Amino acid sequence: MRRFQLALPRSIDDCLKLLAERGPEAKLVAGGTDLLPQMKGGLLKPAAVVDLSGVAELRVLRREDGAGLRVGAAVTAREIELDGHTRSAYPALAESGALVGSVQIRNLATVGGNLCNAAPSADMAPPLMALEAEAIIAGPRGRRRVPVSAFFTGVRRTVLAPDELLVELIVPAPGPRSGGQYLRHTPRRELDIAVVGVASQITLSDGVCRKARIALAAVAPTPIRATAAEQALEGQPLTTPQIARAAQLAAEAARPISDQRGSADFRRHLVAVLTRRTLTTALERAAEHGGRPEPPIQ
Amino acid sequence: MAKQLLNFTLNDTETDVLVQPYVTLLDALREDLGLTGPKEGCGTGDCGACTVHLDGKPVASCLVLAMQARGRSVRTIEGLGRFDALHPLQDAFVRLGVPQCGFCIPGVLMAAAALLTENPHPTEEEIRYGIAGNLCRCTGYTKMLAAITEVAGAAPARRA
Repeated sequence: MRRFQLALPRSIDDCLKLLAERGPEAKLVAGGTDLLPQMKGGLLKPAAVVDLSGVAELRVLRREDGAGLRVGAAVTAREIELDGHTRSAYPALAESGALVGSVQIRNLATVGGNLCNAAPSADMAPPLMALEAEAIIAGPRGRRRVPVSAFFTGVRRTVLAPDELLVELIVPAPGPRSGGQYLRHTPRRELDIAVVGVASQITLSDGVCRKARIALAAVAPTPIRATAAEQALEGQPLTTPQIARAAQLAAEAARPISDQRGSADFRRHLVAVLTRRTLTTALERAAEHGGRPEPPIQ
Repeated sequence: MAKQLLNFTLNDTETDVLVQPYVTLLDALREDLGLTGPKEGCGTGDCGACTVHLDGKPVASCLVLAMQARGRSVRTIEGLGRFDALHPLQDAFVRLGVPQCGFCIPGVLMAAAALLTENPHPTEEEIRYGIAGNLCRCTGYTKMLAAITEVAGAAPARRA
């Protein structure tokens, strides 16, 4: 690794001061699982590295009354995977945390790093988008909120300015009769990168789908929402034909490339399959979460 | 570039060492502290040969900056057991002849020890996933599974 200066701030204000002084030539490090391989490989050569491990505010993982879930940017994938409340109320998010790397990686890798690295295949992005999470960003002029759906601007590019820092994610509580799931396709489960990832999140009322959110990974320059598929479901009973129709619309929203992990055609096929499966599971989970069970799917 | 003082607990011993700010925990352990049990395989977190415990949890030490361990507790294979009192997993690995070339074994033992601390009686599938972050170039997984299964069935791991 090329030599760099290392700063060890204790607070977000200290981080912002460091970024104001050295923003363009500095990199923030949390878990390091994306950054260090890029630095070792010479892709990144920061003159300064700012270590976030001493900033306690970034490590909060807490249920907030009325505000849903607060997930600090430096909360690890492993913490999200194992957190009881996250597993029961936000299963799609917990499932995505459980798929990152290996246990040695998950104990380091953070949700903020997964988003800020901005890989098209970021596993934790689709569930956060489907759950309508918002990113809280600190900068020299205070804090701003950006929906995770609008956080990514391109491959490895985000809305963050060089003097800004991702502080936490606010994930609204899905409410009663909601369910979700994240699935991805990889040849092996551990230490692999999504060929395709799909998160679905739905809310039911009076036998119909009141709200549907579907987000896709690794099929476009950034993680994306499949909005046409979502709209096709809302106000409809979630029957097998309706789910199949949404799966087809999600596949049409994908703009995949062909690479060593899979061809564009294979990826579109996988989007349809994984959308169908995640919607089916989301429906089952929504039926379990309160009230009468939904009528069976025809 | 000025070295920085790293103060941490290493294998239960309060430790101070001067390290360059740009070195990894793995390099500090091996080069500055003489603990060559953790190995560098891939250097990118894929192989698990560098696995150590950071605050009791298995991590890839090749992806941790040495200074990120400040104030924290690190355990390497050198601190898992003693020569006169092996960790039950080490004892089982020796008796069952698990190591072939041996390069991956310190990392596998640290991953397995962490697994058994968290989950003293894992299923076979849980054991397989518990060491899925560790690659064995000799492909000696069958005996690893046998040794970990024996320890998990006989008695919980002594410590992390």
